[in-house]
Amino acid sequence: MDTESTYSGYSHYSGRSRGSHRHGERSRDRHKSRSKDSRSEKSVTINTPPAEPLLGDSSLRGEQVQDDNWGETTTAITGTSEHSLSQEDIVRITKDLEDSVGLDCRRYVARYVARSIAVILGLLVFFTPLAFLVLPHILWPEKLQSCETACEGLLISVAFKLLILLLAVWALFFRPARAGLPRAFVFRILLAVLVLLFVISYWLFYSVRILDSQDMNYQGIVQYAVSLVDALLFIHYLAVVLLELRQLQPCFSVCVTRATDGETRHYNLGQLSIQRAALAIIERYYCDFPIHNPALLSASKSRAAKHLAGLKVYNVDGPGNNASAGMAQSQSRAMIAAAARRRDTSHNELYYEEAEHERRVRKRRARLVVAVEEAFTHIKRMQEEEPKKAPGDVMDPREAAQAIFPSMARALQKYLRTTKQQHCHSMESIQQHLAFCITNNLTPKAFLESYLSPGPTLQYGKDHWLGRRWTLISEASVTSGLKDGSIFLLKCVDFSLVVTSKKIPYVQMSEEYIDPKSHKFVLRLQSETSV
Amino acid sequence: MSFVPGQPVTAVVQRVEIQKLCQGENLILGFSIGGGIDQDPGQNPFSEDKSDKGIYVTRITPGGPAESAGLKMGDKIMQVNGWDMTMVTHDQARKKLTKKREDVVRLLITRKSLEEAVKHSKGSHPSHLPAQTNARTTKDRVVL
Repeated sequence: MDTESTYSGYSHYSGRSRGSHRHGERSRDRHKSRSKDSRSEKSVTINTPPAEPLLGDSSLRGEQVQDDNWGETTTAITGTSEHSLSQEDIVRITKDLEDSVGLDCRRYVARYVARSIAVILGLLVFFTPLAFLVLPHILWPEKLQSCETACEGLLISVAFKLLILLLAVWALFFRPARAGLPRAFVFRILLAVLVLLFVISYWLFYSVRILDSQDMNYQGIVQYAVSLVDALLFIHYLAVVLLELRQLQPCFSVCVTRATDGETRHYNLGQLSIQRAALAIIERYYCDFPIHNPALLSASKSRAAKHLAGLKVYNVDGPGNNASAGMAQSQSRAMIAAAARRRDTSHNELYYEEAEHERRVRKRRARLVVAVEEAFTHIKRMQEEEPKKAPGDVMDPREAAQAIFPSMARALQKYLRTTKQQHCHSMESIQQHLAFCITNNLTPKAFLESYLSPGPTLQYGKDHWLGRRWTLISEASVTSGLKDGSIFLLKCVDFSLVVTSKKIPYVQMSEEYIDPKSHKFVLRLQSETSV
Repeated sequence: MSFVPGQPVTAVVQRVEIQKLCQGENLILGFSIGGGIDQDPGQNPFSEDKSDKGIYVTRITPGGPAESAGLKMGDKIMQVNGWDMTMVTHDQARKKLTKKREDVVRLLITRKSLEEAVKHSKGSHPSHLPAQTNARTTKDRVVL
């Protein structure tokens, strides 16, 4: 059975913060569409730089730059208006909003209901022992025995155990949720049902044996309340084991492959349900996988198009052929046979193209490294003992970054263009990074590290996280446990991750004792003597 | 050329007589030996059976007395002047070969091509014997 379920990036417990999250989503969408808009424009406009000096200009807005020519125009650049939207963007935004509202509405209600049930259960559980202790005093105070020493000791222990229970429940259950999962947590439901049954049975017993008969032995009642709190603490221990400890021991090795470019990683996971395993994998995806770069895939697509375009199939028999399926099959077989026989030189092109690209990248990288190293030599940290220079000479990190940025900007931009990373880094982010490196005394090599090779997705700005909506596509039910050989897909907007799992084999280890005195050696010679 | 410990060894041997050459105050034979029961048999490039700890000829000086006597590289020395060489240490073998009082050594050596030659000659015409070298050589079956 093919179950399709959707993730959303919102916390599923906070009803209050719903509105603010939605605002964040909307503004993020608008920002995303805006940057896409500026990327799609082909015309290049170079604004004439104003005459004011770079250092004194604190109102610099470098974010909304026209196209990629910030390398050439190195002095202050004014951007386009911040609120320009094209028609296409408006349509896209409204569609996104509709989608999000439609799905989120249902989930919002579901989360709200779950949250309120949990809160009610928690309150019930917390106030039950207190009710057990207080009710006799309210209902039959004159018949009740007074509280002796042992009884008071038990009251103190009830109080402290309740406090510990409160803290433990807060620590385990009241953490901000990391994700919204498609189906409910089976274990949590089980635990809630267990607690409910437990408390109900205690109430039953209490109401029948104590309330009805109006028991006078207060110590017995206090002991009963203590036993309830003890049992609740044990249930909490069970919750810790089921929810936290059980999946720590690694049991499965999952292989995660990105469908677009084949990046593969292997992780060890414990016994988890498929949805929780998917969540763990997505969290690790953001840290480990290099960022998805669609610009790098265009080369293989064009090659594939060339393969297909080289052959044309003509139907010689005319349109009267009624075995259409057979005809399609024979067509494709004919194409495959022709392609196999054809002398294809595209491998040659690929080889030389790749060699040329490699050479170009290395040359640009060398120029970049030299430019950055030279730029960094212009900046020196001011020592306190030096006589105070004129205020115009002393700069804070941001100004220092802006001062040395123009000398390396061109080389950096050329390098990013060659490696097709230019859309990942905006000029503002580069200057910010430069200021950060200068502040923390990083060397030029450390500054360049984030540009020379693609880093994990989290390293880039929030708009590159490609939305936090993931779709889990799985044949097995998503609350069923991970098994050996289970396969599921995690689909994002641009790409999908294919996950396969294998069970870690059972290891049979045996021991062999080596006596330290048993290490003895002989000399093995092969000498040659001339006679 | 391999043997089973405790059983008699059978081999086709060739008798080689070498006159020692006087070089200064040394008498030299013109070849080098390797092997011995105290050596590592696995490193011997000439032996067929890598557990054979016999004495092998590893090098022949060109133009020396051993070469002119017909000794070849890779030969296994079975006896020297009547002394057995199949179960000796490297140093004992060297001593037996370099006795100062003797100026001629009579070796019994064996090599793979001898076996094959005997088989070949037994199978084909009996008068087809391998060519004789200039030193006195006879082929004998020796039981040690």
